[in-house]
Amino acid sequence: MVEQPRIFIRRHSVLVRVTHWINAGCLLILLMSGLQIFNAHPALYWGQASAFDHPVLALTTTSSDESGIRGVTRFFGYAFDTTGVLGASPSPGGVMQVRGFPSWLTVPSYQDLATGRRWHFFFAWLLVLNGVVYLLYSVASRHLMSDLVPTRPQLRLIGHTVWEHLLLRFPRGDDARHYNVLQKLAYLIVALVLLPLMVLTGLTMSPGIDAAFPELLTFFGGRQSARMIHFLAASGLVLFVIVHVAMVLLSGAWNNLRSMITGTYVLPGGIHAHES
Amino acid sequence: MRTNPNRRGFLKRTAALAGTLALGGCDRLSEAPWFRQVLDSAENATLRAQRFLLGSSSLAREYTEADLSPVFKANGSTSIEDFDYQTLAAKDFVDWRLQVDGLVERPQQLSLAELRAMPSRTQITRHDCVEGWSCIGKWTGVPLAHVLEQAGVQPQARYVVFRCADTLEPTLDGSGQYYESIGFEDAYHPQTILAYKMNGRPLPIPHGAPLRLRVERQLGYKMAKYIMRIELVESFAGISRGRGGFWEDRGYEWYAGI
Repeated sequence: MVEQPRIFIRRHSVLVRVTHWINAGCLLILLMSGLQIFNAHPALYWGQASAFDHPVLALTTTSSDESGIRGVTRFFGYAFDTTGVLGASPSPGGVMQVRGFPSWLTVPSYQDLATGRRWHFFFAWLLVLNGVVYLLYSVASRHLMSDLVPTRPQLRLIGHTVWEHLLLRFPRGDDARHYNVLQKLAYLIVALVLLPLMVLTGLTMSPGIDAAFPELLTFFGGRQSARMIHFLAASGLVLFVIVHVAMVLLSGAWNNLRSMITGTYVLPGGIHAHES
Repeated sequence: MRTNPNRRGFLKRTAALAGTLALGGCDRLSEAPWFRQVLDSAENATLRAQRFLLGSSSLAREYTEADLSPVFKANGSTSIEDFDYQTLAAKDFVDWRLQVDGLVERPQQLSLAELRAMPSRTQITRHDCVEGWSCIGKWTGVPLAHVLEQAGVQPQARYVVFRCADTLEPTLDGSGQYYESIGFEDAYHPQTILAYKMNGRPLPIPHGAPLRLRVERQLGYKMAKYIMRIELVESFAGISRGRGGFWEDRGYEWYAGI
């Protein structure tokens, strides 16, 4: 391997790093406590109220003498056997139990709506305060405009960037000084669309907030619709995190991770900098 | 790129161990009193924020007849074994009396006929269960404010406590008896009514006959069913397990605005 001068840059400001990790922790807990809350009534409906006979999605259980209980996921009237994961799954002790999402995906691991709600609302407050700090900083410091909004040339070459990503070829040298266009769009969608959508649909499920801002009910098409959008937006965030973590690992795991902890990033050179 | 199978196995086991520790950690934290106190602090933030945003007069949305839920789910107690209650129910609650006492100037004993003769309010509202589902129903009843004014609330009273006929959890010390409490922001709210009718008919037993509370800006568990007695108190610390309600005693928020 030919020694090349390693170029260190400051990738992330301290505020971005701190809010990133607080956000990551909040999202994990909100997801798992959210699934605990969902398990109290594991069905989704569209509209103001619950049409119990016509759920869009329902995690149900059937039981028979021969096979014990089985989990059945119903989606738009179609039924799928999802025993072990959705509808019915083993407890930590190995006993099959009636459960929307399995215990390893919920906080607490056992069925306890009251405690799930306590976790959820505490970390929802933290997520909102953290998000407000991040957004104010991003606007004031121009992080939003100069680092996150794609440039015209970037948008023009978006097809090329998608192709390069599919080949797992990531920007190097000076191109790696900035986020690429796919990163920018993904981060903008998360920060300005998905997370605000989570907060607003979450608040629309509150009978108190609905009295103060009935417009929310109109905007989302009802409390049950808001609950479904909350679930969908959360699924979108899970999808983002999966791709995000995969990209972090594939494009230089240690360098990326370090840049989000210490702020320092080594520009990937012409040769693959990380043979791991 | 080569991966040593031992290393992969090691990583897998480490990840599984970390996952188990994290999960077990969350369970243990959930049960640690100090951590529970930290989590519970969010309720106060929610209460203050919502009181600020809501004010005292903002109304919950009211719907139309067309929005009524064809099936309105009945939750919690849906029938009562209690002999005294059964006797009252057998005679259409003509012998039932709502007792209003505690910190009031004029304690009351009100029959269903007397309540029906009072000013009434009818509202079609959405009932939001803490479990996540919603149903829309039409409720008719007397504004709680009217009953309280008639009884004359003493100045030191801070909470309105509703004592119910149903025992949701059989216990030896009687702490399984359903009860609820609200503050005066909600008690005097125009949509807070003592409902004796649902969807135009006498309140059915599964929904709390003969009388249930409607507090439209909070969740369903606040809306006590089978009300026998309304008691005005300065503090609910001495009632049952001291958290202000049956579900509150079991970990749920006293302020159920979310």
